[in-house]
Amino acid sequence: MVEVITNRGKKSKDAELAETVKKKGGTKPIMNRLLKPRLIATVIFSVFLLLFAAGCKKKQPAPPPPPPPPPPKEEPKPPAAVIRSFTAEPSTVTRGQSSTLRWVVENASEVVIDQGIGTVPPRGERIVSPGDTTTYRMTARSAGGDAVAAVTVTVTAPTPPPPPPAKPKASLSERISREVQDIFFDYDKSEIREDARATLQRNVEALKSILNDFPSAAILIEGHCDERGSAEYNLGLGDRRANATKEFLVQLGLPADRLKTISYGKERPFCTESNESCWQQNRRAHFVGVE
Amino acid sequence: MKRNRIFSICAALAVAAAAYTQVQSDIVIRLTGGARKVIALPDFRGAGAAAQYAGVFNAVVFEDVERSGVFTMAAKSFYPLNAPQQERDLRTPPSPQAQCGGLCLTDWAGAPVNADYLGFGYLGEQGGRLVAFGNFFNTRMEPPSAARVFTKLYTADLSEEGARKIAHEYAADILAQFGVPSLAGTKIYFVSDRQGKGTKEIWVMDFDGSNQRRITHFNSITTMPSISPDGRRLAFTTYAKGQPQIMMYSTETGRFIPFRNSAAPTNAQASFTPDGQHVLYASSVSGYMQIYISELDGSNPRRLTNTRAIEAEPKVNPKTGADIVFVSGRGGLQQIYRMNMDGADVERLTNGEGEASNPAWHPEGRHIAFAWTRGYAPGNWNLFLMDVATKETVQLTHGQGRNENPSWAPDGRHLAFCSNRTGSYQIFTMLADGTGVRQLTTQGNNWMPVWSK
Repeated sequence: MVEVITNRGKKSKDAELAETVKKKGGTKPIMNRLLKPRLIATVIFSVFLLLFAAGCKKKQPAPPPPPPPPPPKEEPKPPAAVIRSFTAEPSTVTRGQSSTLRWVVENASEVVIDQGIGTVPPRGERIVSPGDTTTYRMTARSAGGDAVAAVTVTVTAPTPPPPPPAKPKASLSERISREVQDIFFDYDKSEIREDARATLQRNVEALKSILNDFPSAAILIEGHCDERGSAEYNLGLGDRRANATKEFLVQLGLPADRLKTISYGKERPFCTESNESCWQQNRRAHFVGVE
Repeated sequence: MKRNRIFSICAALAVAAAAYTQVQSDIVIRLTGGARKVIALPDFRGAGAAAQYAGVFNAVVFEDVERSGVFTMAAKSFYPLNAPQQERDLRTPPSPQAQCGGLCLTDWAGAPVNADYLGFGYLGEQGGRLVAFGNFFNTRMEPPSAARVFTKLYTADLSEEGARKIAHEYAADILAQFGVPSLAGTKIYFVSDRQGKGTKEIWVMDFDGSNQRRITHFNSITTMPSISPDGRRLAFTTYAKGQPQIMMYSTETGRFIPFRNSAAPTNAQASFTPDGQHVLYASSVSGYMQIYISELDGSNPRRLTNTRAIEAEPKVNPKTGADIVFVSGRGGLQQIYRMNMDGADVERLTNGEGEASNPAWHPEGRHIAFAWTRGYAPGNWNLFLMDVATKETVQLTHGQGRNENPSWAPDGRHLAFCSNRTGSYQIFTMLADGTGVRQLTTQGNNWMPVWSK
């Protein structure tokens, strides 16, 4: 030990020296030359120390002869660890409830439970609330032999609410609002615009399918106007818009007897501001279902 | 006097109703046929239990007389300190220049009041009834006995309603001296959404805005009222059963009267012929809204227009019963047209500028009031009058909000109309020259007044 310390001290001194040398622009051969005498000195010093120590011992009185060694007997092996009990109470819980782990272990130098519990005393208990069914493994260690035990806490899901009723078929109004688009008109006009033609052509397929799925239903086409014309004239204009829309759909093959019209004139605006963007929204034909 | 002649309505002193002449290429309805008379109406005071109703009484009398447009109201601040309460309070002035603090008619006739007529009196309670002692004197005549135009007793329930009633009666008697029919007792039907946004119901009120009450309870859109010439039948258009249909209602019994609607998506805008025996309306039975005439119960409909355009708002001339004004889109944007009762001889009345709507015949059948956007952006309606024979027009409102739905009072001198000048749609009345505007409604939105006798 002493040597080691000495060496360490030397080494660090050497290192310092080396650094100093380096800083002074020294080279390796110089270092070697410096180191060699030190090694020699160290060896000599050690020898002196040994001689000195031997000299001291010799001055003590001679000890009595040691007793004879005992007969070589078996090394007393420590007993193996024993897990007396390891339980979970209750062993089945519903999610959110807790269970108590209890254990008694003997002869163990260390008792460890997994699932993040870690080292525990040889006798103890621990409350756990596992989210799912979990098996806890206990390892009791001893030089004489490890013991392992496991206990499982079964987690049942809380009684689920009754499942929603089977999803009903989309209602008539849901189908229409999802699949059928409104069309829009120019001011004081009931002619079907280019963009509205394209929309109606798409609507026809959807409407056919909807009328097929709802054999007793009819489609009500609402005609709407912006706020600028008189209420009385707009009643006629909304009527015209709804009717023009119906005529177009009939030409595309929808049955006339299942298309009804109503004019709301300017009585039910979709938008109530006084600007063109709002007025355009209100100049429309809107589709609703009637059973 | 000079300025009031332009488009002032004739008090029709001797002239029956309104006389129309044409001056400077404008319609001129002469109102007074001369100077407007100046009238002073010192407040009546009430004795005992009648005192609490004096305020209402005085306000109604003043308003009715002022509304007539016949008089210039003398400024109250110029009134003498005392006013006579009964005929025997009146003094004969000791000398022509003498003042007697209000008890001489000369106090009222002279400066600064300069009144031609003096109405005075008081209220009292007699046997649990409210009594008004009303006097009306010509201040230019002497002695008082010769100056008396009338002295009359009015009685009613001792209540605010009673006070209102006898005030209307007293004012009506004053106006009657000048050949001006009173509006007291007339009603205005109208449309309101005050009972719930998104709904429209028919309401009614007295001509001065009092006693507003609801008539229909459909909880739907119920609109476009019209009243029969005798005031007994109310027709309107309602969505109560889905598509808009015409319904008819008895104002006497409060019950619905059957009306047969054509099988059409839209049946609307019923109006009555002057004899009250037929109904005109707009129906889309042909695919386009067109004008029809039917019996009072909707039977025997006959089509009067035959276009591929929108035809709306038919109104028969109330005087002649021989021609119809209506709104049509046959030439493009909506304009007002005229035709005979059989649908022949159609002519356009408005000149094609802007959009025109809501034609309303004057009771004398020579003029219409209507809404027009000429000179304004689409939707910005103003009220105009037109001489149907000459097609000359005069503008009554000038861009204060949107002004629509003119309806003539039975006296042919007032118009009710709808305007959103206050921010919401409300009903107003005014003299037919555009002056004397009064707001009658304040709650919710209110549209489409129809003035009934």
